Amino acid sequence: MTMPFYVAPEQVMKDRADYARKGIARGRALVAVRYADGIALVAENPSTTLRKISEIYDRIAFAGVGKYNEFDQLRVAGVRAADLKGYQYSRDDVDARSLANNYAQILGQIFTHEMKPMEVEILVAEVGLVPDGDQLFHILYDGTVVDERHYTVLGGDAEAIGGHMKQHYADGARMETAVREATKALAGSERTLSANDLEVALLVRTNGRRCFRRLSEDAVAIALVS
Amino acid sequence: MPMFQPGADPGSSFPELLKRVGLAPSGSDAAGDLAVPHATTCVALRFADGVVMAGDRRATSGNLISHRSMEKVVQADEFSGVAIAGAAGPAMEMVKLFQLQLEHYEKVEGGSLSLEGKANQLSMMVRGNLPAAMQGLVVVPIFAGYDLRRGNGRLFTYDVTGGRYEEHDYVATGSGMLHAGTVIKIGWRDSLDRAAAIALACRGIWEAADADSSTGGPDALRGIYPVVATITAAGWARVPDSELATVFESIAAEVRSR
Repeated sequence: MTMPFYVAPEQVMKDRADYARKGIARGRALVAVRYADGIALVAENPSTTLRKISEIYDRIAFAGVGKYNEFDQLRVAGVRAADLKGYQYSRDDVDARSLANNYAQILGQIFTHEMKPMEVEILVAEVGLVPDGDQLFHILYDGTVVDERHYTVLGGDAEAIGGHMKQHYADGARMETAVREATKALAGSERTLSANDLEVALLVRTNGRRCFRRLSEDAVAIALVS
Repeated sequence: MPMFQPGADPGSSFPELLKRVGLAPSGSDAAGDLAVPHATTCVALRFADGVVMAGDRRATSGNLISHRSMEKVVQADEFSGVAIAGAAGPAMEMVKLFQLQLEHYEKVEGGSLSLEGKANQLSMMVRGNLPAAMQGLVVVPIFAGYDLRRGNGRLFTYDVTGGRYEEHDYVATGSGMLHAGTVIKIGWRDSLDRAAAIALACRGIWEAADADSSTGGPDALRGIYPVVATITAAGWARVPDSELATVFESIAAEVRSR
């Protein structure tokens, strides 16, 4: 009978975290930022079919970076949880906080118990009826939940992108300004990104029942220059 | 949060998901002679830009009016609507589930079902209601929508077994279907414009209400008018009550002048 080598739990956790971080860092980043009339989600994503940003419920959006199949699985689980809850109780009872907690449970469970952690970072964003009700929950590969106030950065070189956002974020900005600053932050100082490198979606406070709206490439191009 | 193994995954089907998590609505065992509210006349017709749907607002239990402002014509998604006739309870539940299924599919798959797909989906739901229909809780919807792929409006009607039939020009359902259907059959022309199509649909409801006790007409006293909606390439739009008030006023004037 062979005995497995003893590996200290600290080492196991550290290895898993390194593994997940490396996986996430390979992908491109995403920025979510609040503006006067909602929340803008901007991702660097040359694909027009494989989405990083999508709708979960009336006022809730989902965004993920890292391994596509892994965050897509989480996205579908989120849509299911939200639709079931809305069907069972009422549409008003579906909220981002409980979804974020559910995601955190799943990611935490997988991080500690499975062979391989999920190489993803996800965002659950909810647009409130009033600006004070806006919520951004950033959930890391190990189940850590961070509640962000104004903007959040997922994946990539989060530090540099966050630095740019910190400098340029202004309360009550126009949608075009928010998208433009998010794009500049994603591009960094050495590149420029154009509309066809981007995937942009909005949660618009006043869009009726379903607040989620995707911006077409043309609409993004217009936003970037105005 | 519902997660499934690849073999047991319900995909983009919401009813399947409900079954997996044990929330599926069970077939009703209610007896046929129960006085459950029934909903009545609904019509839909094709016009130049798409389709018009209309339905009266009355629900009856036996010989009593149980509800005066029921909405039997409801939006299913951006480009389609359902009109229901039959037992109000199961019908409303079916519509709610149908709306959810279309939205659920759209979110999971990242794109809408085709109009044909939506019509088939509703067909399966009507068939699922067959055990309850045998007990007298019959639900027979009309499904209408704008087909973005073909660029025209389309109408579908159903029978209790889930049979789905596409109608070319117009369709009527419910207890006043004969009267409303005949009026529309006589007045229907190819490529009616929006105003003419709305007027014709309203006239159909008017005549049905005139002859059928369980169909409600326009209730100017309470300000309750039939639900009338158009579905075109621009999507679903409910015709405002102010416009309907004018339409019914002119119908009444025409009847008075005879």
